[in-house]
Amino acid sequence: MSLPGWAEDLRREGAEQLNELGLPTTRMEDWRYTNVSAIGKTRWTGSDGRGDDVSREELERLCFPVFACHLFVFVNGVFAADLSTLRAGSPQAEVRSLARLLEEEPDSLRGVLGAQASPKEAAFTAWNQQELRDGAVVRIPERADIEEPIHLVFLSEPGTEPTATHPRVLVLAGSRSRASVVEDYVTLGDGTFLTNAVSEVVVEPDAELEHVRFQREAVTGHHVSSLHARVERGGRLACHSISLGAALTRNDARTTLLGEGAEASLYGIYLGTGRRHIDNHTTIDHAVPHTTSRELYKGVLDDHSHGVFHGRIIVRPDAQKTSAEQSNKNLLLAQGAQIDTKPQLEIRADDVKCSHGSTIGQMDPDALFYLRARGIDGDEARRLLTRAFVSEVSGALRFEPLRDRVEEQLVELLEEGA
Amino acid sequence: MSSEHTAESFAEREYEYGFVTDIEQESLPPGLNEDTVRFISAQKDEPEWLLEWRLKALHRFLEMAKEDVEPSWAMVDYPKIDYQAISYWAAPKKKLDSLDEVDPELLETYDKLGIPLEEQKHLAGVAVDAVFDSVSVATTFKAELEKHGIVFCSFSEAVQRCPDIVRKYLGSVVPAGDNFFACLNSAVFSDGSFAYIPPGVRCPMELSTYFRINAANTGQFERTLLVADEGAYVSYLEGCTAPMRDENQLHAAVVELVALDDAEIKYSTVQNWYPGDKDGKGGIYNFVTKRGACRGKRSKISWTQVETGSAITWKYPSCLLQGDDSVGEFYSVALTANRQQADTGTKMIHIGRNTSSTIISKGISAGHGQNTYRGLVRVQPKAAGARNYSQCDSLLLGDECGAHTFPYLEVKNPTATVEHEATTSKIGEDQLFYCRQRGISEEDAVSMIVNGFCKDVLRELPMEFAVEAQKLLGISLEGSVG
Repeated sequence: MSLPGWAEDLRREGAEQLNELGLPTTRMEDWRYTNVSAIGKTRWTGSDGRGDDVSREELERLCFPVFACHLFVFVNGVFAADLSTLRAGSPQAEVRSLARLLEEEPDSLRGVLGAQASPKEAAFTAWNQQELRDGAVVRIPERADIEEPIHLVFLSEPGTEPTATHPRVLVLAGSRSRASVVEDYVTLGDGTFLTNAVSEVVVEPDAELEHVRFQREAVTGHHVSSLHARVERGGRLACHSISLGAALTRNDARTTLLGEGAEASLYGIYLGTGRRHIDNHTTIDHAVPHTTSRELYKGVLDDHSHGVFHGRIIVRPDAQKTSAEQSNKNLLLAQGAQIDTKPQLEIRADDVKCSHGSTIGQMDPDALFYLRARGIDGDEARRLLTRAFVSEVSGALRFEPLRDRVEEQLVELLEEGA
Repeated sequence: MSSEHTAESFAEREYEYGFVTDIEQESLPPGLNEDTVRFISAQKDEPEWLLEWRLKALHRFLEMAKEDVEPSWAMVDYPKIDYQAISYWAAPKKKLDSLDEVDPELLETYDKLGIPLEEQKHLAGVAVDAVFDSVSVATTFKAELEKHGIVFCSFSEAVQRCPDIVRKYLGSVVPAGDNFFACLNSAVFSDGSFAYIPPGVRCPMELSTYFRINAANTGQFERTLLVADEGAYVSYLEGCTAPMRDENQLHAAVVELVALDDAEIKYSTVQNWYPGDKDGKGGIYNFVTKRGACRGKRSKISWTQVETGSAITWKYPSCLLQGDDSVGEFYSVALTANRQQADTGTKMIHIGRNTSSTIISKGISAGHGQNTYRGLVRVQPKAAGARNYSQCDSLLLGDECGAHTFPYLEVKNPTATVEHEATTSKIGEDQLFYCRQRGISEEDAVSMIVNGFCKDVLRELPMEFAVEAQKLLGISLEGSVG
């Protein structure tokens, strides 16, 4: 496969940066709680994206049967056309395989791809850029109003060798459009794998976009992702990050509000069982006046799991009339579970309203008693309360089937334990 | 009359304590090496073990300086300090035997500061240990305290009088190699205060120390050690000022508190070092390590600080909650105006069972001030039933200042309950309007609102200090009528 020259330049730049930076260590402030040395020590092989041996039935078992929407499947980072469907009758969104787009229209993404995600100071983004090959390009035309979610499934099917995939997603929401994109990360089989995904999102003026990252990969692998979003004047972006799987998860989400009236809502749910490690880093950059952000992340941590939350809010000089709210709540269920949370406000303008809150606690014994007194057994009561705890976040999801799926799977995984 | 104007005049406030006292000083030429340390130690007639301890710290520090591990993570910005260009020893020339021999000029200095030793002796009942540059000049009320078996004296005197206690606790809370500045202090600390409260004694008066940096080109490296034995109680006050000088002066102090079973220590600071002029020239670099260990069961340590001075403040009074049911508290008001920078907060380390901690931090930024709260709450795996509540609020006056919050919460025990809240906002237009409508001048209104904002902290201060702190905040707001 040949790439256009500018894309080759991107790959080269990625390689140079990765070479210069190396993988992060716990001596770095942003990585002090997350040790990725295991990733550095493994010899990763790329994958050829063998999509043929994945059957539709297997896929449906892994994904939502309820999802009779636009479906695009990538196996080991490579687009699998035979597994994908674009529902007839609603051709408004253009969803393409990155590799094919680069081949067929080599110049259409020049200056667009890589414009948000800088490989500087970000080793994993650099790595992804070095391996740039395939991924999803979602273009939502101006004024399009797309009711059904656009469902992107990234299926890892690791072989006998440790397999690394580097999916790339580019979402361009045209002005005044309205749409929802769901990135869904699942695994087939139990080999060692690494998913290193980079998503770039642009919300043009007055557009409304929901972006969901639903990660429920197997515990035999690692998941590192970064989301780079830009929201322009009057645009509204809702991001959901749901992390239920993988042995080690690290999500970086950076949202820049670049136009007046821009709004960003960041929601997160993370579940820790066994010895899983989940690290969420978010940055919201209020670059201009009159912008609003809300952030709500909730974590449930059981067994010997380790949760990390780092929420950074930056208000630039002159970004007056900024309103920012951030909240991180954690439920610790077992001796051995651990949480490190670090909200961070950096404010350089005076006419602002910013707040953050963080709580760490356990299940309320009074609430448990209340339910038990009404004949609900202990396990069921705990299930109910856990579900209620996360439903504040999942309730913000636009699609009910997805909402139910998230809550159900969380409770299931919690019961299965490690 | 706009708030912009308010902020401007607020930012240009003058430093009241910037006079230089003309007293004959004895000081070492600048430089840091073994000889410096030996000289300081010899001046104080220190025992061999202490010299050894200092030298060990010195070697560690020189190593650190070579590795260039001076902390750079704080949100403060200053040119590199040349540690060889600082004089590590300065003292008034005359030796003093009693309070009456204190240089009248020095006494006048304290009068100007509003802490007349004599006055306080008679009226306030506060025992004062005043540290002038590096030497503790006079300690009042010694006899009264001795009746209760309380030892309150300068650190050097304590080394002579009760070396066993000093040796036992020195460096036990802040080890010599703890951090860059603490290490420097351990090598060259000159003097400071020492207090020991015997078991079951409730200290009948508030103990107080006043620090002042006077000589040019000197750093002040005081070391304070307070030990409250079983069931003892003590309230300790500390105040600081420095003259106006163009160059920056370094202040790297270490404070260690030890509370045994059922003991309680209340430590209050009003820090008003010279903050530099409105362009950020001069001022004190206040790089201080303060830490208290709640060693015993049901012990309690409470830090209260009002930070209005210094060009740069780098200070994190912390509590190690080692004993079961021990309590740690931190109340802070930090004000940055002009080009002042403050990176301050606390660490609460929960180690024992059923420990609890409270953090209330109020930051006020004006002019080009940068105010950062940085705090850590850590619950260790065995700290069952730990409880923490933190609240950090920031108030912004002016559109060129900054307020930042960096709380770290690390919890390794599922029975812990940890809560953190932070807000940042500017002074409320509606609040100002409400006051103005009722005939209150803008200046008074701003002052009222700021004082109200800080009330939760100010009321933790002992009476005399609360008045001083309110006055200080008042001075800061002077001339803010548009």
